[in-house]
Amino acid sequence: MSSPEQQENWFKQDNWFSRSMGWVDARFPATETFEYHMSRYYAPKNFNFFYYFGVFAMVVLVLQIVTGTWLTMNYVASGEGAFASVEYIMRDVEYGWLMRYLHSTGASFFFIVVYLHMYRALMYGSYRGPRELLWLIGMVIFLALMAEGFFGYLLPWGNMSYWGAQVIVSLVGAIPYVGPDLMEWVRGDFLMSGATLNRFFALHVIALPLVLVILVFVHIVALHHVGSNNPDGIDIKKNKGPDGVPVDGIPFHPYYTVHDIHAIVVFFIVFLGFVFFAPEGWGYFLEKPNFEMADPLKTPAHIAPVWYYTPFYSMLRAVTFPLFGLDAKFWGFVVMVAAIIVPAMLPWLDRSPVRSIRYKGRWSKFMLGQFVISFFILGYLGTQAPTDLGTAAAQFFTITYFLYFMLMPWYTRIETCKPEPDRLNFSGH
Amino acid sequence: MSSDDASLENSGTQTGAFDPNVSNKSRRYFLIGATSALAAVGVVGAAVPFLSYWSPSAKARAAGAPVKIDFSKLLPGEMLSPIQAWRGKPIFVVYRDDEAVEALNEQPHDLADPESLKPMQPDYAQNATRSRWPEIGIYVGICTHLGCSPKYVEVDNFVATKQGGFFCPCHGSRFDLAGRVGRGYPAPDNLEVPPYRFESDTVVVIGEEGAA
Repeated sequence: MSSPEQQENWFKQDNWFSRSMGWVDARFPATETFEYHMSRYYAPKNFNFFYYFGVFAMVVLVLQIVTGTWLTMNYVASGEGAFASVEYIMRDVEYGWLMRYLHSTGASFFFIVVYLHMYRALMYGSYRGPRELLWLIGMVIFLALMAEGFFGYLLPWGNMSYWGAQVIVSLVGAIPYVGPDLMEWVRGDFLMSGATLNRFFALHVIALPLVLVILVFVHIVALHHVGSNNPDGIDIKKNKGPDGVPVDGIPFHPYYTVHDIHAIVVFFIVFLGFVFFAPEGWGYFLEKPNFEMADPLKTPAHIAPVWYYTPFYSMLRAVTFPLFGLDAKFWGFVVMVAAIIVPAMLPWLDRSPVRSIRYKGRWSKFMLGQFVISFFILGYLGTQAPTDLGTAAAQFFTITYFLYFMLMPWYTRIETCKPEPDRLNFSGH
Repeated sequence: MSSDDASLENSGTQTGAFDPNVSNKSRRYFLIGATSALAAVGVVGAAVPFLSYWSPSAKARAAGAPVKIDFSKLLPGEMLSPIQAWRGKPIFVVYRDDEAVEALNEQPHDLADPESLKPMQPDYAQNATRSRWPEIGIYVGICTHLGCSPKYVEVDNFVATKQGGFFCPCHGSRFDLAGRVGRGYPAPDNLEVPPYRFESDTVVVIGEEGAA
């Protein structure tokens, strides 16, 4: 085997490879880009489990684009044909079931991965300066992803697709004065119809995927400009060796590329386990009423959105009283939108002297813990039929959800933090 | 024309090179402002077809014609089934017995808008039963909260009384047999009453106003 130095030399020698790359590099910054983003991008050496989810999100994005493209080849975007075409894909198209299950399971996994990716940022303070813009771009990606999932969910034209979309589109109607007209404009009809389905299809397969891909590209450019955070939340650029390379950094390629490929294999084992053995996710990935065609005259006995929207849906339902002369449903809409976008304020709410939860005090740990619990309970309540007790619980946990953000400027300042180390905590395996 | 020539002309000097100190700044700002304003007008103009494209098409608008519903087989205490549609929206036709009509007049439940003050019905339906005829109630079966279709409940819709009504499975709103929403539920308004007229004792036309 040749040593890394010999390999490096091979790339620099005058051979067919270096000559071809020289020809390309004179016309396109190929080597420069590869070095900037991969082989000379120095990432902290102490990445842990939670640092896999960014790359998983990109893998799922690619998977969704590929399977989505293939599904489009047999899907019929019309009120009359959509439901039947999905059944056709499931039963008659070669491996159609696989394409659809990869895509539907992929949607749920996209959100699992993205929620964990965001949770990582909450734990280790990845949203703190200088990564504010990185965090905001990520928030826009999250919004685009929610929209993408919402538009996609209508396309099978099952009864749950239909009524779920009806409920969410009706939210627009809660906006004072312009609401009802705006709702008609969004639907393109006096009710949810084939016209609505067609425009959702257009947005789902062209507009939003394009926006998502561009935003992900911008997200990575921003990340590589400011550098990756790490579980200790300390800046590796403060401690550089004589060669100008951070002493606690390692080149992304080959170290993290290999590391991530291993993780991607493990991810696919879990993911394909669901695709092959539990594609319906016990009614959470694919809801039972959706195996019936959309019926504008018959609402399913119990409506719940797909699991990844349920925490926010719970908060929407939790508002049952009018305020300042405006309807409860308007305020429910406001609370839901606020809950979705409030994390965007985190870089300016967190006043702690340290970034990572490892060195923050008890208050931050308690608040993050209760935030996660609130999120899970709200998510559970959103899947259930409304009861008086459930509504009271949703109201309570809506408040605790917001307290995590609203009290952050105070509890991050008053608590006692541990001192941050000078170097990363890391021991090789 | 080269860029040097252009800057020469704009700057109004004879130096031959662009010089920001010599150039007429206010003229420059005016030109930039005027160009931007015109471009903005163009963008707004171009947006009109793209936004209008989303509105209901002529075909969708034409589908809103009146419909006839025959309720000759409807018995007291029942709601017409299968549910008929007008403009694609479910239309509830309920036949209320005398006891139910009396209960509607007495208003035993705590209602959000018992007098039907909000304009959710034609004038001829602004009464205790929210209908032309006390026993036949006709409502658009779309919850005023978020647009689900409520279920018809024959008895015990409200805890306080034995009366039936409508229950929305999505967010738990309850309406009485006149489509009036109970207080404390997420739905803000009573169910909508469509415009209608009775063509005969057993046929109603939805979507048309008329004397009866």
